[in-house]
Amino acid sequence: MASEGDRRAGLEVEPRRSRVIAALNPGGGSRGVAIALVSTAVFLLAVVFAITHAPGWHEVKRTFFDWAYFKASLPEISRAFLLNVKIFSIAECFILAFALFLAVLRSLPGPVFFPLRALAIVYADFFRGVPTILVIAILGFGAPGLQMSGVPTSTTFWGIVALVLVYSAYVSEVYRAGIESVHPSQEAAARSLGLTRGQTLRKVILPQAVRRVIPPLLNDFIGLQKDTALVGTLGAVEAFQQSSIDTNATFNYTAYLAAALLFVAITIPLARFTDWLIARDRRRRQAAGVAG
Amino acid sequence: MPRARVLPLLAAGIAAAVAAATASGAPAASCAKSSLNLVSSGTLTIGTDNPAYPPWYAGGSPKGSKWKINDPSTGKGFESAIAYAVAKQLGFTKSEVAWTYVPFNRSFAPGKKSFDFDINQISYTPARAKVVTFSSSYYDVNQAVVVLKGTKIAAVRSVAGLRPFKLGAQLGTTSYDFIKTRIRPSQQPAVFPQNAGAVQALKNHQIDGLVVDLPTSFYVTAVQVPNSKVLGQFETSRGGEHFGMVFSKGNPLAACVDQALAKLRANGTLKTIQRVWLAKATGAPVLK
Repeated sequence: MASEGDRRAGLEVEPRRSRVIAALNPGGGSRGVAIALVSTAVFLLAVVFAITHAPGWHEVKRTFFDWAYFKASLPEISRAFLLNVKIFSIAECFILAFALFLAVLRSLPGPVFFPLRALAIVYADFFRGVPTILVIAILGFGAPGLQMSGVPTSTTFWGIVALVLVYSAYVSEVYRAGIESVHPSQEAAARSLGLTRGQTLRKVILPQAVRRVIPPLLNDFIGLQKDTALVGTLGAVEAFQQSSIDTNATFNYTAYLAAALLFVAITIPLARFTDWLIARDRRRRQAAGVAG
Repeated sequence: MPRARVLPLLAAGIAAAVAAATASGAPAASCAKSSLNLVSSGTLTIGTDNPAYPPWYAGGSPKGSKWKINDPSTGKGFESAIAYAVAKQLGFTKSEVAWTYVPFNRSFAPGKKSFDFDINQISYTPARAKVVTFSSSYYDVNQAVVVLKGTKIAAVRSVAGLRPFKLGAQLGTTSYDFIKTRIRPSQQPAVFPQNAGAVQALKNHQIDGLVVDLPTSFYVTAVQVPNSKVLGQFETSRGGEHFGMVFSKGNPLAACVDQALAKLRANGTLKTIQRVWLAKATGAPVLK
């Protein structure tokens, strides 16, 4: 994150192509493409040969790649996957807001705000330190265990609460890095123009900070999507839990593969979208002639 | 022309049937202790899950044991007693039996098994039998539903009456299938990876009823969930449901264990063990 910060014009020679494209480009013209194709083919063949000639391959093939089981389990897993979508969609909204609040708390200046800053630091340390699955288990079984009236017993509800608590800690750090990457002169300039501290934050610092951290924010969002599978430990039948049910009923793992494909199907487009955003950002900064 | 194709098939079928017959009634010689192909030679390695719950395991866990709740090597509890009775039939002394921790989902994982057989209340199903080899039945099991006393569901007297309620089961049990296919509730049933989670959810009113096998239901009501009761057991489905020991696919030891089980069934040992450890697991009303 620190590398995102304080980037001035001329400090870095921007490549013409985005790094993503550059990473995928074999280089060396058409001959380079040919060599890349051949070496990729040889590499894949070697991997496939090694796997299919492993002593346990037939057993693995039968228990992991069974088309009949795949077809049979996919509809129900897809339905269960809607619960994952619901969980991460709701959770992400709260995470973005709550994490921003935490990050602002942490960047409040002056000795007066020390308790709030300390609170934000302790919060981030704690929730980044405790494994997500434990937070989910403790809240999901513990909070309804109080049996207080008005406290929901829904596992989905507590799963979302746990994910919001954990992911806000990560995301607040991302925001903070963004806020700190805005050069102090920006704040000084804004204040000298007569903006209050709140206005400076809202109109000068945060718009720049948030724009810079969109890629890492999306990265955390992808992490969140995958971690919705942990809510299954509370008894909610989401995609992973549904595939576990199928696997345990048949002793065949193909259902896991179906669940994995569903997760990949939504995370890959998001990852490509992130890459595109980064590339666009780079282009814009180049066009403007000044960096962020 | 089609006939010519059928004939070899028939022949193959007969050969397979003969092979199966000889496999199940394998000559005693191949079951001699010295000729058994074991995970660790000279020792019968038996797998089960940890914690080892009553009434399947009993006798507590001595200090320093890695087993929680019960140590299977005490020989107490239904499955421990069955395992030692089978071991004895195969010619193993008590000290030649070793227990190893096998979580349920490792029992059917592909690759080399860490156990000769796994005994962990695993129900036989045809789909499962494609991946592992099961012994014959050592216990014919019924499903039952546990509820909290004084709740709405506690007044239900029929299977159909259970439909509006939130039911739960443990992952990997046939109880979940049972809920989905026989009870067919209007709400999505909850599934818990661990017994502890299922029990906690019942305590928390997160589920109204917990479906487990009948012997487990009595342990849940007696020890795990205060103020709960066994609402009733369900009539056995057609063909019944039974627990079998799990072997790696095609392990010839399964045939030897089947022989041992047949002997134990014939001489009444199986009945006696059941009477000692699962005596309570009979007196629940049947829900229709």
